[in-house]
Amino acid sequence: MDEIDRRIINALQGGFPIAERPFALAAGRLGLDEAELLARITALKQAGVISRFGPMWHAEKMGGGLTLSAMQVPADRFDEVAAVVNSFPEVAHNYAREHALNMWFVVATERPERIKQVLAEIESRTGLPVHDMPKIEEFFVGLRFEA
Amino acid sequence: MSGGILSPLDRAIVRATQEGLPLVERPYHAVAEAVGTTPEEVMARMERLLAAGVIRRIGLVPNHYALGYGFNGMTVWDVADEDIAEAGLLVGNLDFVSHCYHRPRHLPHWPYSLFAMIHAKEKAAADALVASIAQLLGPLSRGHLVLFSSRILKKTGLRL
Repeated sequence: MDEIDRRIINALQGGFPIAERPFALAAGRLGLDEAELLARITALKQAGVISRFGPMWHAEKMGGGLTLSAMQVPADRFDEVAAVVNSFPEVAHNYAREHALNMWFVVATERPERIKQVLAEIESRTGLPVHDMPKIEEFFVGLRFEA
Repeated sequence: MSGGILSPLDRAIVRATQEGLPLVERPYHAVAEAVGTTPEEVMARMERLLAAGVIRRIGLVPNHYALGYGFNGMTVWDVADEDIAEAGLLVGNLDFVSHCYHRPRHLPHWPYSLFAMIHAKEKAAADALVASIAQLLGPLSRGHLVLFSSRILKKTGLRL
């Protein structure tokens, strides 16, 4: 990753244009040309420095369901339970965290009522309680990372 | 857009872009081809969805681990219900907090109601961010924890 890659990462975490040739417009703002910007974004994505490029959709505003849930998983069952949780396509993220509640996952569903079903299925397949912590209010989302 | 009801074409656009935009000169044309409409229609709808907040933003999502942010902490704060709005605005406005939410407590073991994610390249820097939130909240916080992620078990985009 060089200085130009850093500038791309810092400049393009939002505000990508909607236009016929958006990469040409974005490249112009960065003093690059379209082909170079496309090649660099492609390479950064392949290298895993960029995990995604495109629109960030807002699950609830699309009419879907979204929640954060936590489980207390015994250490000797951790991988087995992680495999069960991750097997649900509705589980978007799952993180191991250092706490008695040691598994934290985000469930996103097309229909809100499906959330409860997914959590109940996880409870029945693992035999462990799921602590559901849906957001009550959102105060902020959207940090930009400095590369 | 009120009520979050998307048309079938909007939904097709979501499906075609949830993994990302094609990295080609005319990405919206490629999306239009995939969903069977005109590029003008795709661009007009995406403009509307962006204005309505259904699209939060369009751009890249860096892998923060790859950028060296190895300390990603979920900070959780026990804030009285009547103080949540004030505390949430204070913490949500901090420039180093990426997400800030009010979530339900699970008493007796989990009294925490305000969640704020922080990211740092070093442990000491992460600790300093937590300390500055604690100082900002002062008596509004009755206790807090930081849960660092020790492992990513799964991370995918939104799936419909």
